[in-house]
Amino acid sequence: MDRLAEPARPLVLENARIVDPAQKLDARGSVIVVDGRIVAAGPGAAAQSKPEGAEIVDCRGAVVMPGLIDMRVFVGEPGGEHRETFASAGQAAAAGGVTTIVTMPDTDPVIDDVALVDFIARRARDTAKVRVLPMAALTKGLEGREMTEFGLLKGAGAVGFTDGRHSITNALVLRRALTYARDFGALIMHHPADPDLTGSGVMNEGETATRLGLSGIPKEAEIIMLERDVRLAALTRGRYHAAQISCAESLAVIRRAKKDGLAVSCGVSVTHLTLNERDIGPYRTFFRLSPPLRSEDDRQAMMEGVADGSIDVIVSSHDPQDVDTKRHPFAEAADGAVGLETLLAASLRLVHNGDADLLALARALSTRPAELLGLDTGRLTAGAPADLIVVDIGMPWICDADRLHSRSKNTPFEGARFEGRVLRTIVAGRTVYAYAGD
Amino acid sequence: MTKLNIPVAASPAAVFAHRHLLGIEGLLPEEILVLLDLAEEAVEVSRQVEKKKSVLRGRTQINLFFEASTRTQSSFELAGKRLGADVMNMSVGSSSVKKGETLIDTAMTLNAMNPDILVVRHHAAGAVQLLAQKVGCSVINAGDGAHEHPTQALLDALTIRRHKGDIGQLKVAICGDILHSRVARSNILLLNALGAQVRCIGPSTLLPKALDRLGVTIFTDMREGLKDVDIVMMLRLQRERMDGSFVPSVREYFHFFGLDAEKLAFAKPDALVMHPGPMNRGVEIDSAIADGPQSLIREQVEMGVAVRMAVLEALAQNLPNA
Repeated sequence: MDRLAEPARPLVLENARIVDPAQKLDARGSVIVVDGRIVAAGPGAAAQSKPEGAEIVDCRGAVVMPGLIDMRVFVGEPGGEHRETFASAGQAAAAGGVTTIVTMPDTDPVIDDVALVDFIARRARDTAKVRVLPMAALTKGLEGREMTEFGLLKGAGAVGFTDGRHSITNALVLRRALTYARDFGALIMHHPADPDLTGSGVMNEGETATRLGLSGIPKEAEIIMLERDVRLAALTRGRYHAAQISCAESLAVIRRAKKDGLAVSCGVSVTHLTLNERDIGPYRTFFRLSPPLRSEDDRQAMMEGVADGSIDVIVSSHDPQDVDTKRHPFAEAADGAVGLETLLAASLRLVHNGDADLLALARALSTRPAELLGLDTGRLTAGAPADLIVVDIGMPWICDADRLHSRSKNTPFEGARFEGRVLRTIVAGRTVYAYAGD
Repeated sequence: MTKLNIPVAASPAAVFAHRHLLGIEGLLPEEILVLLDLAEEAVEVSRQVEKKKSVLRGRTQINLFFEASTRTQSSFELAGKRLGADVMNMSVGSSSVKKGETLIDTAMTLNAMNPDILVVRHHAAGAVQLLAQKVGCSVINAGDGAHEHPTQALLDALTIRRHKGDIGQLKVAICGDILHSRVARSNILLLNALGAQVRCIGPSTLLPKALDRLGVTIFTDMREGLKDVDIVMMLRLQRERMDGSFVPSVREYFHFFGLDAEKLAFAKPDALVMHPGPMNRGVEIDSAIADGPQSLIREQVEMGVAVRMAVLEALAQNLPNA
């Protein structure tokens, strides 16, 4: 997204249902955008005079909410451009209502150096339709040994530090990282999965794995490491974010940590809110994820966690994989699924099924990620950048993998029926996507 | 052998309406009996001087083994040849995988050779099913990872039925390395389908999670588990599949889970002993038992050919232009 472009034309979205968790607002009204920033949003804005030359959009009751901020996105650039580029990820994001993607450092080369953070910032600015904010590696080369230059990397634009899909097995390394990061107010994001307990496992351990003859990953691989991490967060008073949790016991660990007043937060992927291990069915590799899909009880727990705010954010965990890594027997295929374009629609199932309200959902998809990352987006308050989306939350559609904008088509939602379609995606006041019919 | 009251398929001509045999899962008890009845006929054919039938004449059968196996591959080869098929053996080692060819590429290459029946063994669970989705011919699962090995379960059932009659009246113990065993999974499914009482015996480290949900009773004490059983099925300790240590030593394993005369004495006096082979003598089974009067191990091999003939014949009926 090129911020050096000419200022956008003023914009008025009227006759909308305004949903803004930052103001606890869910009401009819308008949004006025001038110079890429929100001037007013809510019932009061409807009465204000419209700026001269503004584009007026009648939303006809559609929802206007802050654009999604997806905190866990694997892109592929640099090194895996055949899977996804910033340009294709940006298109997928725009079509899915995601206005900011936070990229993971697991690329080739690994993003562990100031020059590489700078490369991403420039490359994304030139080619992506939405905002791209890189997280840098927590340890050099993602090797889990030496921490990276948190201060310099943060200065270059890294919004957090993570080893992506890798876990830090050495507790001392994580302790030091949490301690040192505190001096810079930096967020440490970790994927808690004990590699030894995970072993050769490829799906959730239990009856389904036993029937399929696949080796299982016990929940304890996640729980034990998460418990360790929370202890380290208590010891260091650092800011710790579990990238994704997947089971009820992990949720209990997070709830306890929050009750104890620790700076601990966590995410869940939308797949773990909407699918369970049984969806793997006949060895469908697009359902092979890390952490693995768990039981239905765990899925229910994840939904409760989102509804009551114990789980801070919902992520897509967008992980493009092409045929050469997915068209294999289940045990030999790669983990991961694309998700930028289905993040909102799949999340809306919670609203349609009465498991969460729209405010809770918008908070987990936008407001809370912005708070954790220290961004001024994720809200519709006056003065905030105009990153927002117009959504018809009732519009039905069927997911067709071939029509996804992502360069890779490994979606677990092929053929899924969704309700909720993005009509318009606006970044810094500029429309980057407009729905043009199926 | 005395005349036994053996339940057979209601109608001998009952159809086996499947294109592939990918596992015991998904087969009705009736269909299992159809295959066993066909296998009985195949036993007769195989014991004649002239061992040939012609149901597969002009058909091409490819045995595609991604994992080495002398006995299963030769059993399928012989079965195909006895039915008149042209049989080709392909051992796809890890070499073509190293060259970057995926399983699906291999499948498409073979498919272009227009085989009628593909017999596949692969080290990964679900691989045979994946392949079956991509080829135009019938596919038989000759073992996929720790998932299924349906012809082994069928040959075990045939062997048992010929000695004990109605499988539904029997107590069967499956012993040893259940975790890594596709033979155990297929046998559990088949024996349960025919109404047998199934027990699994092994050290807890070699029992998969939630095994009890598959309809078996679990024992970790061999003597307790073998009490009053009719059939003792031993499994091979699959040391080559193990990452890390599941049992501390072969010596300790044999002490607690190796089948010897003392432990076998807890089973019924006329209990029969089976093993899918290849055996680790002195690891899971004492040589005296393996070669003793209660052992059916050699007969299992003969029944293997018969069952594979039966499966090939049943699938042949559903081939296009059959």
